[in-house]
Amino acid sequence: MKVGIIRFPGSNCDRDVFHALELAGTEPDYIWWNQRDLSDFEALVIPGGFSYGDYLRAGAIAAITPVIEGIKESVKENKPVLGICNGAQILAEVGLVPGVFTVNQNAKFICKWTELKVKTVRTPFTSMYKKNEVIKMPIAHAEGRYFTENIEKLHENDQIVLSFESENPNGSTEAITGVCDEEGLVCAVMPHPERASESILGSDDGLKFFKGIVNY
Amino acid sequence: MKYDVEVKINLKKGMLNPEAATIQRALALLDYRVENTDTMKTIKFSLDGSSENSARENVDEMCQRLLCNPVIHDYEIKITPIE
Repeated sequence: MKVGIIRFPGSNCDRDVFHALELAGTEPDYIWWNQRDLSDFEALVIPGGFSYGDYLRAGAIAAITPVIEGIKESVKENKPVLGICNGAQILAEVGLVPGVFTVNQNAKFICKWTELKVKTVRTPFTSMYKKNEVIKMPIAHAEGRYFTENIEKLHENDQIVLSFESENPNGSTEAITGVCDEEGLVCAVMPHPERASESILGSDDGLKFFKGIVNY
Repeated sequence: MKYDVEVKINLKKGMLNPEAATIQRALALLDYRVENTDTMKTIKFSLDGSSENSARENVDEMCQRLLCNPVIHDYEIKITPIE
């Protein structure tokens, strides 16, 4: 199964995601920001990093690059798309998921392990977890505070994917740190599943995010 | 006609502004007691337009598509003809 990893100038988790996707049994390959035709790929991952130096707002400039048109086409064809950290910020800026990930409440860059609750298992990426299962994955961001004008809609449509358990480090609305589109195929999460994909890293709880793509 | 453009972008009323809160706390460390601290971003450029209105429409579109995130931002556009 071919999975594309989107690279922008400033992406820095691309190789970690590549490794995790290989561990999950997929055949990953890199895609550069100016590629429009993504028809070769069955699923896409936008990795973390600091695309375009986070200028203007995290994800704002990546959101207007040619590859985004290819991503939108893939979404129309019901291919799963996962955005991690900066990838999540980009998907929110594009409007493929609702809301925005903005400056942390304490205005600091937070890098730590967190406990997370899997709120829905209807996305390909969370399909191998149990609903309300608590998993361990790290966060590393300065702009991860989730905000939406319409939280009721997220509840009604089952669009909340992950929330922080027992703390709310960045001040997100209802401690939400992962959301999906209405279909549940585009998923944006601030925590890093690839950094929790092998027990030697401290946890392999995140590996199922990538295995779920194969299962889907 | 050439115009100077100034776009002022601020967070919508009621949105948390961690940068402003940090500045206010830092000022307090220096014994300056201030209230209602706010920060905003200004983007300046010049552009050609057939009229002030068409220039403004053009800049408004830029705000919607890139310069602002309509979920959290309000913006003001100031347009001045260059003599």
